[in-house]
Amino acid sequence: MKIGVVTFPGTLDDRDAARAVRHAGGEAVALWHNDADLHGVDAVILPGGFSYGDYLRCGAISRFSPVMEPIIKAAQSGMPLLGICNGFQVLAEAHLIPGALTRNHELHFLCRDQTICIENVNTAWTSSFSQGQEIVIPLKNGEGAYMCDDETLAMLEGEGRIIARYVGENPNGSRNLIAGVTNERGNIVGLMPHPEHAIDSLTGPSADGLGFFTSVLKSFISGGVK
Amino acid sequence: MAKIVVDVMLKPEILDPQGKAVAAALPRLGFTFAKDVRQGKRFEIEVDGEPTAAQLAEVEVAAEKLLSNPVIENFTVRVEK
Repeated sequence: MKIGVVTFPGTLDDRDAARAVRHAGGEAVALWHNDADLHGVDAVILPGGFSYGDYLRCGAISRFSPVMEPIIKAAQSGMPLLGICNGFQVLAEAHLIPGALTRNHELHFLCRDQTICIENVNTAWTSSFSQGQEIVIPLKNGEGAYMCDDETLAMLEGEGRIIARYVGENPNGSRNLIAGVTNERGNIVGLMPHPEHAIDSLTGPSADGLGFFTSVLKSFISGGVK
Repeated sequence: MAKIVVDVMLKPEILDPQGKAVAAALPRLGFTFAKDVRQGKRFEIEVDGEPTAAQLAEVEVAAEKLLSNPVIENFTVRVEK
């Protein structure tokens, strides 16, 4: 299974994301922002960082980079796509998932180990977890407050599309403690905290994050997303 | 020379922590007039000669697509002499 990891100018976490893919048993393929060729990958990860220096709005410029055109097209036809942190912001800017990410309510950049609760295990990226499982992975963001209107929030809650919620105090002001959401089909997931930094106890606070990467590999073996 | 100005503001219902921080800093400097502060973005776009209606229509599209995120922001387009 080939999983593409996109590097935009200013991306930071592409190496860790690729390492997480390899750790989970997949083949990581480096994708370049300026190359509109997906090189035959089966899934794509948009990693964290500060693509294009977060100019204009986080993810606003990256969303229009050449590599995004085939990614958006493929994801709309069911290809698994995971956006982590800045990647989540890119997904929101591309309107592949509803809502937007805004400045943390306390303004400070956060960097800490965060407990989140997995609430939807029926997506391409969360099937390795159990419903209600609490995991600890790093959270590091300046603009991680998930915002959407009341109608969208009710829809996300009603359809079980909030895939993960922060446990305990709200770290960044996200509505309803939202840490991650999915699209209607369950192939696209946006996640603010960083599972790729928590794939073994040597380099991360836990190995809990690995589940996101084993999930997507499993989704191919079991014949893809519903 | 005239320029096209696009002002982008967070929608009223979206929390603006930066505006709040500015509002909190003002009284520390002795300025007590502010009941609330909202912070936005201003784009100044230069074109050759006077902006045409067609250019303004294009700027509207660009403002919707790139300069603002309609999920959280509103914008206005105007010509400034």
